[in-house]
Amino acid sequence: MRDFFGRLFSREEGSKKAAKDRLRLVLVHDRTSLSPHLLDILKEDLIQTISKYLEIDTEGLEVNIDQEEETMALVASIPIRSVRRGVVAKANS
Amino acid sequence: MAGKVLVVTSGKGGVGKTTTTANLGTGLALLGRRVCLVDADIGLRNLDVVMGLENRIVYDLVDVIEGQCKLRNALIKDKRVENLFLLPAAQTREKDAVTPAQMKELCDTLKQEFDYVLVDSPAGIEHGFRNAIAGADDALIVTTPEVAAVRDADRIIGMLEAHEIRSPKLIVNRIRPDMVKRGDMMDIDDVIEILAIQLIGVVPDDQEVIVATNKGEPVIFDRRTRSGQAYYNIVRRLEGEDVPFMQIGPDGFVERLRRLLSRDVRRRA
Repeated sequence: MRDFFGRLFSREEGSKKAAKDRLRLVLVHDRTSLSPHLLDILKEDLIQTISKYLEIDTEGLEVNIDQEEETMALVASIPIRSVRRGVVAKANS
Repeated sequence: MAGKVLVVTSGKGGVGKTTTTANLGTGLALLGRRVCLVDADIGLRNLDVVMGLENRIVYDLVDVIEGQCKLRNALIKDKRVENLFLLPAAQTREKDAVTPAQMKELCDTLKQEFDYVLVDSPAGIEHGFRNAIAGADDALIVTTPEVAAVRDADRIIGMLEAHEIRSPKLIVNRIRPDMVKRGDMMDIDDVIEILAIQLIGVVPDDQEVIVATNKGEPVIFDRRTRSGQAYYNIVRRLEGEDVPFMQIGPDGFVERLRRLLSRDVRRRA
């Protein structure tokens, strides 16, 4: 009888999906906000990698975690000074 | 050869640390090991009451550390099981009555006399927790399949790693197969996927645990109970035996779990 009503009012996946989704999100937040210097290390690595291809303004570089309603994004703003010559040549060869 | 110090911790309160410590310790002793249970929850002791040994406390952990008595005077010998001892916590002191260094020294001493030293950690991440993990070689993390508990367990895993305890094992407690089936409770796969540590046990929600605590007789004494059997399986796994997990969820769960365990479970980076 209970099953019948359950299916009638179609309670789809139950609440565990909500639990998992919320947990995943909250843990990304917990894990990154718990290591304040993680963002610094990440910044350093980013600078190193991008500097191989572009000359960037390292002072003006900003890396942040943005949280919208359902998603979380790592947002980086990287001011470019110029593209390194060797890279353009390599890409064109 | 020195024994092993295992801390039983969780972060979240009320998920079953003390019950787990009591039952695993009893189980290991039933298998013939020399076991010492240590209640590190100073000020809110409960391991004594779960074990049914509350009437036999004379001295406690703080007395030992402060030198008021010898360690062997404080250890309570369980009369039901050979080679099972309890070092109770102090009830009228606070967590900062002992330091992590003192706890480590105590655990190092106990290690020489016992095969297993199980330390029941208090909830939280402050002084009491740091005391409890100070002397530990390894950790058992207890969680329930609920959002708040898993979140706290995750934090604890991170803190353990920071303290050089890198391979904690997971016990998922109070799983309710009916709710899992309905999709209203996370299943084991979900929890392992999120926490990414090795699973060592699954204990179903069982009224018999409450009955057992009422009587002061750890549920593992009765292996006809589902929780008693589950704890016993964990004990066997601690001793190195490869015990299959009980069928909990819908079809294929046990198979998926077997595969999951035989694969290298990737630890948190």
